Amino acid sequence: MPRPFTPKVLTANDLLLGDAVWLAPDGAWTRHMSEALLIEDQASADLHLLDAEARGHEVVGPYLADAQSGPHGPEPTHFRETFRTRGPSNRPHGKQQAA
Amino acid sequence: MYRYTEFDRDFVRSRVAQFRAQVERRLDGSLTEEEFKPLRLMNGLYLQLHAYMLRVAIPYGTLSADQMRQLAMIAERWDKGYGHFTTRQNIQFNWPKLAAVPDILDALADVGMHAIQTSGNTIRNVTADHFAGAAADEVADPRPVAELIRQWSTDHPEFQFLPRKFKLAVTGSPEDRAVTAAHDIGLRLVRQDGELGAQVLVGGGLGRTPMIGKVLRDFLPLPDLLPYLEAIVATYNLLGRRDNKYKARIKITVHEHGLEEIRDLVEAEFPARKALFGGIDQEMLAAITAQFAPPAFETDAEGDVTAWYHADPVFRSFVDTNTAPHRAPGYAILTVSLKAPGETPGDATAEQMRVLADLAERYGHGELRISHEQNVILPHVPCRYLKAIHDALREAGLASANVGLVSDIIACPGMDYCALATARSIPVAQQIAKRFEELKLEHEIGPLKIKISGCINACGHHHVGHIGILGLDRAGVENYQITLGGDGGPDAVIGERAGPGFAYDEITDAIERLVLAYLDLRETPQETFLQVYNRTGSAPFRTALYDRDEDSADAA
Ligand code: HEM
Ligand code: SF4
Repeated sequence: MPRPFTPKVLTANDLLLGDAVWLAPDGAWTRHMSEALLIEDQASADLHLLDAEARGHEVVGPYLADAQSGPHGPEPTHFRETFRTRGPSNRPHGKQQAA
Repeated sequence: MYRYTEFDRDFVRSRVAQFRAQVERRLDGSLTEEEFKPLRLMNGLYLQLHAYMLRVAIPYGTLSADQMRQLAMIAERWDKGYGHFTTRQNIQFNWPKLAAVPDILDALADVGMHAIQTSGNTIRNVTADHFAGAAADEVADPRPVAELIRQWSTDHPEFQFLPRKFKLAVTGSPEDRAVTAAHDIGLRLVRQDGELGAQVLVGGGLGRTPMIGKVLRDFLPLPDLLPYLEAIVATYNLLGRRDNKYKARIKITVHEHGLEEIRDLVEAEFPARKALFGGIDQEMLAAITAQFAPPAFETDAEGDVTAWYHADPVFRSFVDTNTAPHRAPGYAILTVSLKAPGETPGDATAEQMRVLADLAERYGHGELRISHEQNVILPHVPCRYLKAIHDALREAGLASANVGLVSDIIACPGMDYCALATARSIPVAQQIAKRFEELKLEHEIGPLKIKISGCINACGHHHVGHIGILGLDRAGVENYQITLGGDGGPDAVIGERAGPGFAYDEITDAIERLVLAYLDLRETPQETFLQVYNRTGSAPFRTALYDRDEDSADAA
């Protein structure tokens, strides 16, 4: 039996800086997961992934990550993705620095 | 100190120019990531969770003061003001921008450094005892041999596409501070009837399937070294599995074929290889050895250190814990700890790098070393300068007297940086170190090695930690598995799993229970954690770890 689809965001690393970026509803890459497009079905997930894989001049290693809808937009469901929205826990660098 | 030849310099420069063109072609879209990735990895450039990471080789852990200053400059100019020293005697920069990497590589080339063969299925950066050339217990300085191997292996046409990465380590001391038994090939220099040679271990490695290296040859005369190594790597190149990445390391080849068969194949391959070398390697070794001549040691190096030692208890503790016996009278080997409790193990700020470079230049014959335990060493220090060095280190936040103790923890970058990680390791190390600092028990506990990896790849050497910690992802939550009784010394042992893992907020308490149990179990203050474990077995330690959990679960 196929597993039921869980909502996803499309994420990758920026080619120039290497930091985490997410696909926004307007097709641009955003540095804030809360501004990402929450993908609700398998068919559009597959399409978005294919599309992102063709944008290798902008990003590296696009993949679909589980997410859930929160009060301020999509939120991570796994701790690895949570760290990607913040940066390392030992130094105030990465996204938490900009915030 | 060793200076690279003109050939090396040209080679490194041309590699930088080549990579600069490759980056340009990646940025203008003419190279895809699939095409670019192997090229960047060959130049030490990884993509991690939050940024690119550049891994720079520090061959056999030896750095000059100028090189250290250049690393500081790079950290400030192109990174976020710090660098991370690793268990493979590399330094990693965690925040370089892709377009800046060729400039960084040029700046490294200015001081004879590079990031070549820090990645890929090649013979990697050769590591050596970080006390090499200084230790009182040394049979011979392992660095000339390491450098000979570096020259032979760099761009070796036959060995650029091995089944998997290949790591060598060399020690010149019976203490084996280079963990040779956990390498694809480990060399231990020994003397037999006055002749210098090496005991050759093969098939060690940690990672997914940890194995201790096995003795392939008890005594290999030095003149046979390169042909013999070549015979081993050639045998592996043909025999090693390319169908399955997890079975590709030589440890699996040795395991599947047996040591006897490997030995026969190597011995059969050896004569043809030996004939090809025709002695040129020995001329090279002689030339290299001359360049590793020890510095001109001072006489009367001791000065008034004894008076200070008795007068100042903080200084005494620093000297007792962080120095090791030097081969020259009145000298010491000083280990500067990069493990101040609460700091990131192995990190040094640009300012700290400069302080260390200055100290090496003023007081330590200009030499620095990086240890696989992620500390910095001043290998040649006249004892009369120890007090001045200690004072300077205190100001720089580098005077922790904890080398070899519970807070001198090895930790890989884990999920704070590494894209392969299954859990964090740095904050676990920070918490444990701080806990024992609060308990004020560190010196009472004595020698204890805790090593933490953030995934099964075992970059933090957890299998050979007296206490090893492996961070895993269990159903979407960080979980930490403990191994006990590992040993990275001359009689290396892989630790045993203690039982079920612990949650992120339980692991520090669990380690505290283990260590307190040890204090109860030991018969004398001299009996170390590892000795007690070897005497009692794991049972009392498991009780300390798990019984209490049941109590509290009952109570809850
Ligand atoms: C952060 C980027 C890193 C990546 C992507 C990485 C990747 C890996 C992988 C995949 C392996 C297993 C290879 C195999 O078994 O065939 C490995 C092994 C190893 N790594 Fe790393 N590593 C990283 C950082 C480090 C650091 C920071 C250190 C030092 C603290 C380190 C030291 C080692 C060592 C010693 C091994 C050998 C374990 C063995 O014998 O198999 N690595 N690494
Ligand atoms: S052990 Fe795993 S998490 Fe740690 S650095 Fe190596 S690959 Fe990354």
